[in-house]
Amino acid sequence: MATAQPGLWKRHEILEKNSILLLICALLVVAVGGLVEITPLFYLKSTVETVEGVRPYTPLELAGRNIYVREGCYLCHSQMIRPMRDEIERYGHFSLAAESMYDHPFQWGSKRTGPDLARVGGKYSDQWHREHLKDPRAVVPASIMPAYAFLERPLDADAIADDLKANRALGVPYSDEMIALARSDLSAQLDPDGPGAADLQRRYPGANVRDFGGDKGRVAEIDALIAYLQVLGTMVDFKIYEDKKNLR
Amino acid sequence: MAETANPGTPPAGPQTTGHEWDGIAEYNNPLPRWWLYGLYATIVWAMGYWVLYPAWPLVSGYTGGLLGYSQRAAVLGEVEAVRRERDLRGRAQLASATVAEIRADPALLRLALATGKAAFGDNCAACHGTAATGRIGYPNLQDDDWLWGGTPEEIERTIRYGARSGHGEAHVGDMPAFGRDGVLKRDEIEAAATYVLSLSGKPGIPGASAEKGAEIFAGNCAACHGETATGNPEMGAPNLTDAIWLYGSSPEQVVTTITNGRKGVMPAWEGRLDTATIKSLAVYVHGLGGGK
Repeated sequence: MATAQPGLWKRHEILEKNSILLLICALLVVAVGGLVEITPLFYLKSTVETVEGVRPYTPLELAGRNIYVREGCYLCHSQMIRPMRDEIERYGHFSLAAESMYDHPFQWGSKRTGPDLARVGGKYSDQWHREHLKDPRAVVPASIMPAYAFLERPLDADAIADDLKANRALGVPYSDEMIALARSDLSAQLDPDGPGAADLQRRYPGANVRDFGGDKGRVAEIDALIAYLQVLGTMVDFKIYEDKKNLR
Repeated sequence: MAETANPGTPPAGPQTTGHEWDGIAEYNNPLPRWWLYGLYATIVWAMGYWVLYPAWPLVSGYTGGLLGYSQRAAVLGEVEAVRRERDLRGRAQLASATVAEIRADPALLRLALATGKAAFGDNCAACHGTAATGRIGYPNLQDDDWLWGGTPEEIERTIRYGARSGHGEAHVGDMPAFGRDGVLKRDEIEAAATYVLSLSGKPGIPGASAEKGAEIFAGNCAACHGETATGNPEMGAPNLTDAIWLYGSSPEQVVTTITNGRKGVMPAWEGRLDTATIKSLAVYVHGLGGGK
């Protein structure tokens, strides 16, 4: 074929010879994928189920979540129980979108070197988490998880109110009161007999208020992380959750 | 072309596109037919998929597809089908029978032990160990020493509601922090530790008086651990006269226990595990060797 034949299928030469045109057309093609697959998730009501019980993280839980992200726990632990029978039998009810609607960014993960943590809340005692984080082999001899003994250092929570604000900017319904009291709520969660415990429970219904096995009067990073781990997957009461209303 | 032996021969192989720049021509290498037809087939397949399965987002919902498929409905149906099948194979009886009835029926007992073993590995082994031998702070379940009672029914209750788990029915009762809370002084704690250790023939702390310790014990410890220090499963107070020590039997460890108190937590498994599994676990743990 000495010359290009006429016809649409032979016209790719036009794109190949005009880099800007090629760029624009490639962008359009990729944009279709984004528009069709991502945009509807922002406006479709069926994306996030209507459930009761899911509340924003308490300041202490949020601080623990920041440590979870900082230490890259998501690299080895997922927080996503997929709708498959084997996962449901091992980990419990499959994860709902509503359960991570206040997670920015979500911690679903894509790798399970360790077990899924979506419903680890309440499965082990605070003391177990403490010993396990400090030295995983002490409680699970075959574990290959790194030791996080350094998490005993004091928690730097000076910016916690800003963390709440940043989350509010992303759509988490933190009230002005929650943001103003973030610093004191953080300590209040560790002291069930303290003056702030009841108010904290009112602002964050169902929050675990206890010392999480730590020293009184001293907030360590590990306390925050355990507070976060112990709330994972516990906010939705699956006894009253209706599966049939939320089929997808 | 450098590798062409005879410059007069036109190059073999594919034709060029005809488009040329500075004497450089572009080969025209069309994709193989089989590959192209494969691509077209997947496009047709995708169109069938659009029609049959949930596919296209709309303004307020999405196209559901002619098959009415739902991944969640599918997996819920699968879980339900397996549950029914297991119920037929005896699991329904596990849920409705008492642990005593399960133990009296050989077929049920076999099923309970198998179910319990699997559930133990998944849920209990992290604290109590894969062999259920426990470790410091987590009771050995192989021996016949039970904090909260060792009958099958008591074990079932402990598994279901836990100890200090926050559940309304959970076992409660802490070992107070006698030292930290200022109830006892250091020398009184050492005396009490020496007395407690003497009950099982262990050496105490040099210089501490076991007689004084006995007085302190009667005044502070006997309410839970009993006059004879043999413990009280109602309070989860361990027997202090035997050789089994949940938090260690060295004088230092005993002093630490009295000073800071203890409040080990066993989570409540109700809600996380179903009734049949909890009963199976009770039967399994009871059968490990130490059940009463």
